[in-house]
Amino acid sequence: MAEVEETLKRIQGQNGVQGIIIVNSEGIPVKTTLDNPSTVQYAGLIHQLVMKARSTIRDIDPQNDLTFLRIRSKKNEIMIAPDKDYFLIVIQNPSD
Amino acid sequence: MFTDEAPDPVSLCSLWRRSQQAEQESRGCQTRVVHSAEAEVQTRWATISCTQTDPQYQAKEQLLQQSQDQLEPPGLKDFLQRVEDTVIRELVRNAKSHAFDEFQVNWEDQNQIVSCLHCLQHASAQERGLHVTSVSWSCTGSVIACAYGRIDDGDWSTERSCVCTWNLDRRTLNPKQADLVIDVPTAVTALCCHPNQPALIAGGLYSGEVVVWDTSRTQDPVLVQTGMSADSHREPVYQVAWVPLQKKGEFGVLSACSGGRVLLWTVDSDRGSFVLHAGYALVRQQVPHSNNTSFKARGSSTVGVTSLALSPWDPDTFLVGSEGGLLLRCSFSSQTPAAAPSEGHNVTLRAPAVFLFRPCSGPVHSIHCSPFHRNLFVSAGTDGLAHVHSLLQANPLLSLRVSDSYVFQVQWSPTRPLVFAAATGQGEVQIFDLGNRSLRPAATIEQGGAGQAATCLAFNSHNPHLLALGNTNGTVCIWRLSHDLTEQSPRESSQLEQIANQVAE
Repeated sequence: MAEVEETLKRIQGQNGVQGIIIVNSEGIPVKTTLDNPSTVQYAGLIHQLVMKARSTIRDIDPQNDLTFLRIRSKKNEIMIAPDKDYFLIVIQNPSD
Repeated sequence: MFTDEAPDPVSLCSLWRRSQQAEQESRGCQTRVVHSAEAEVQTRWATISCTQTDPQYQAKEQLLQQSQDQLEPPGLKDFLQRVEDTVIRELVRNAKSHAFDEFQVNWEDQNQIVSCLHCLQHASAQERGLHVTSVSWSCTGSVIACAYGRIDDGDWSTERSCVCTWNLDRRTLNPKQADLVIDVPTAVTALCCHPNQPALIAGGLYSGEVVVWDTSRTQDPVLVQTGMSADSHREPVYQVAWVPLQKKGEFGVLSACSGGRVLLWTVDSDRGSFVLHAGYALVRQQVPHSNNTSFKARGSSTVGVTSLALSPWDPDTFLVGSEGGLLLRCSFSSQTPAAAPSEGHNVTLRAPAVFLFRPCSGPVHSIHCSPFHRNLFVSAGTDGLAHVHSLLQANPLLSLRVSDSYVFQVQWSPTRPLVFAAATGQGEVQIFDLGNRSLRPAATIEQGGAGQAATCLAFNSHNPHLLALGNTNGTVCIWRLSHDLTEQSPRESSQLEQIANQVAE
């Protein structure tokens, strides 16, 4: 477990990182650095979005697959690294 | 014979204890959560019908974490190790990237031009040549209230005037016919809509009276008024404002008059009257001095208040501008008694001034605190300049030439931190964008003919693209602002911060 925590700390230490959430394949948060309500909200919504993005990519070309998803917004950027069992969601304000 | 005897101990089960323990129910408790631990229980169930204690989130989270500690989700470590490098590389690159600087998306149709939507007129006020003295949007942002009076006439007059309201969201808006006309026996000099209740409007009259109208009452819209009591003002009221009181959700009316009095009223709706809550008097001798100012006391000793502004950040601070050009920071909590005769006021007048900014050369007509920075405010007056001040420095940070004539009102945009608008005596409204390199107006709204002055303006915080302007020809025009005057750009707040942190020369 310590290694997991260390990794999260290294990511959290990057410039402008506001929060990290790890979500499992069912969309249930496993680890988070945010408060409970926002974690649940992010986890639920982003899980749907990743699933939709992945199926879009695979529908266009069945040989292709989603590897990384970045969402740029007025206030911050959300980066998602998807995987078979987990998603890593990192929220960053790059102008900080 | 008698012998010592030691009988075997006999144990009897306590019937009472067993029956009590077996049936334990909490019907309700008002104490803190009882922390109990049970090593061994024999009861079979316990029920809690209802409690008034807070839910035990804390305990639940701990439980969740504990179970996580014990049970590391399988494969989590491998997954993190796999993605860590990629994520960190992207984060670093993203933090350094300037790819999206100044990038803006067009999600909506952008309105590039500033255009006039409505020109609202009240016929009888126009016939009598009354000026619009004040405009204010209701808290819902759909009703515009406008006050009629005169700004060119210093004489004591008993000319009747009125307050009119138009609801812009109404389908049958008639710009020539107000939705509601409240007749007022004398000229109205100030107007302010209640911050929560759409029906309430506070007004100040030329006679020194302060009134609150309730537009939902059909018979007599006057909810409370000060009347001609000993407490009330004896000079024209130049500004009224709603002030949050200590009790949450309650508001008092702050009024300022040219007699140097700033009075805080609370509304006693049961008795239908105003109660004087606190009184402040500004007197020349008690104005704090600063080294680089040199004004001589001449004429009367009172400081005639012409403008007033509340700080949205600090409930104790208000700013006052005077006829003599003084610009003062004042405190509600000041305890210094004022060196002024009490004139039969029921409360002791206090001297509120705590800091003097560099005086202007003429009356200060308007002050407005920035809604985006706690130290910034803008002031303007007869010298035709708009001064951007920091609360912490006596000298203005910026002075912008707005007009060769007077400036009657300045107000910051509710959505763009760097933008403010100024209504000038030449009839146009200049909108400044401090983000521009040049100090020339970003937009100029011209209205009316020659000789017409723009007397007042009001941004609408609910519909930020709307700007209401009052004119000396008795019309209120509602202008639609362009997209770049209403949409905040990404680096604007930090630019404002830079301006606020400058040191004035």
